Amino acid sequence: MNILVCVKRVPAPGARINITADGQQVDTAFLGFTVSPHEECAVEQAVQLIEKHGGDVTVLTLGPAEAEEQLRTAVSTGATKAVLVPIDTTDWDPQKTAQALAKVIAELETANGKYDLILFGNESADSCGYQVGIRVALKLSRPIVNGAKGLEVDNGVATVRRESDAGVEVYKLTTPACVGVKEGINLPRYPTMKGRLASKKVAMTQSEAIGDVGGLKLITLRRPPERASNTKILGNGPEAASAVVDLLEELGVFK
Amino acid sequence: MTVLAVVEHDRGEITTASLGVLTAARNLAKQMNTKFEALTIGTNADALSTTISKFGAATVHQAHNSALVDFGPEAWGESIAQVVRKVSPQVVISTGTERGHEIIAQAAARLDLPAAMNCLEFDKDFTGAEALKVVRARWGGSLLEESVLDAPIKLVTLANHIVEPSEEPAASTVSVIEVELDESVTQSFVQDRVERVAGVTLATSPVVVSGGRGVGSAEAFAPLEELAGLLNGVVGCSRAVTNNGWRNHTDQVGQTGTRIAPDIYIACGISGAIQHWVGAMASKNILAINTDAQANIVTKAGYAVIGDLHAVVPAISAEIRKRQSK
Repeated sequence: MNILVCVKRVPAPGARINITADGQQVDTAFLGFTVSPHEECAVEQAVQLIEKHGGDVTVLTLGPAEAEEQLRTAVSTGATKAVLVPIDTTDWDPQKTAQALAKVIAELETANGKYDLILFGNESADSCGYQVGIRVALKLSRPIVNGAKGLEVDNGVATVRRESDAGVEVYKLTTPACVGVKEGINLPRYPTMKGRLASKKVAMTQSEAIGDVGGLKLITLRRPPERASNTKILGNGPEAASAVVDLLEELGVFK
Repeated sequence: MTVLAVVEHDRGEITTASLGVLTAARNLAKQMNTKFEALTIGTNADALSTTISKFGAATVHQAHNSALVDFGPEAWGESIAQVVRKVSPQVVISTGTERGHEIIAQAAARLDLPAAMNCLEFDKDFTGAEALKVVRARWGGSLLEESVLDAPIKLVTLANHIVEPSEEPAASTVSVIEVELDESVTQSFVQDRVERVAGVTLATSPVVVSGGRGVGSAEAFAPLEELAGLLNGVVGCSRAVTNNGWRNHTDQVGQTGTRIAPDIYIACGISGAIQHWVGAMASKNILAINTDAQANIVTKAGYAVIGDLHAVVPAISAEIRKRQSK
């Protein structure tokens, strides 16, 4: 089974997100970077699938040259191949991104054969566009379901489970198919020693990013108004219990 | 020349988020001095035209096809695309939910149009012809993006809980549109469904007692369980806790977990990183219990106790028991 996982390099924010002076991006001077959480789980799911069925997991990212770091991280947790699609800025709009990804994937498939599964994160943690995976799937004429909290493949059928307000829904897609994965589908493993060694040695294939500018154009980023809060300190240590229960009574949650 | 609201429904039952979308679509149509219309998908939603007319839609388009018996993201997206080609709206708006984002993205991909998800504001001077300026949520709402949708037809989803539903009845006409769906879009329908057991969930509970890295282990959640039990609430946790395998992801509050809005959120040993905060910020009251008076959650909470949760939480439970026994 051959699985492709599209991942995105995103800042790992702490308590506060700062914006650059030009308002165009997140100021990452003091931030580390990570694979967007849903996609971290997509990589893990793909690795679990090839552990069961055999095959390869290729991780692909469209991002700055530094995103190589996230591809190597994915390899250290079990992915077997890596493709970097470098761009000179931190972010492309969703249409341009999807166009470039679909083109690169089509080229990879011409060279290596079709992927049984192409996985995406449900949405990226930073830009939250909710659309790149769907656009790529349509360009490749493949079915896609988002929100996957369960994914198994058997005899050319991908069974996707997802949560809704009503319960758990089940979808069945004939492979080759695409799936948008959500965090909670699994608990991603930590890098292994063997994985770390593999991540140092893995060949970093590069593909050129080509896409037309889409219709969603960023003007500026800004911070939402701060929630004004004058924290009322109810006390220190266990002695505060009485004041806490007074508050609970006052709010009507404890009678 | 219309604003088209795409109604999200589950097997014929309209969702609360849809009522906000109908209200927002009506307001936008008034501003643009144009008509407000709605779209339902599948014959099982035909009866919703009564509800929709209470919100003032001039026309309710009903997309029909024998395949449309349950939710299917691709079939719904293709249905929207066909109706949009026929009706030529200037704005198409749906819900800022899992399904809403998915069907608008599907429709946008099929129409080769841009789409902006989780919009909080639309340009107050927008008339319909020009590009639409929007403010949308990034990072789960901890950052805002001002952008323009530069396209003849603007596809958007409305961030949840932004517009309070308000009725303004009008006489609606119904128009049935037969859509054509081939096998390329009819695969991805719900094939089976395991209904949720009724009861209080993390998303709906009025009291949530949540633990973070400071709790220290899976076993150390017992006092939090006890306090939640005494308050008829549920236990939540931060991403650090699920990453450590101490609790299941279904308990996770945050950007990639559950967004909650309880009457009170009791955050124990949680520092309050962005990823967690955006899931908890809609809480009506927040009580932080933390050893660090400078922790992000402490500075943002309405109430705080500075101290070790392992001592404070059992003391609160003991105090509740003491008062209950009186």
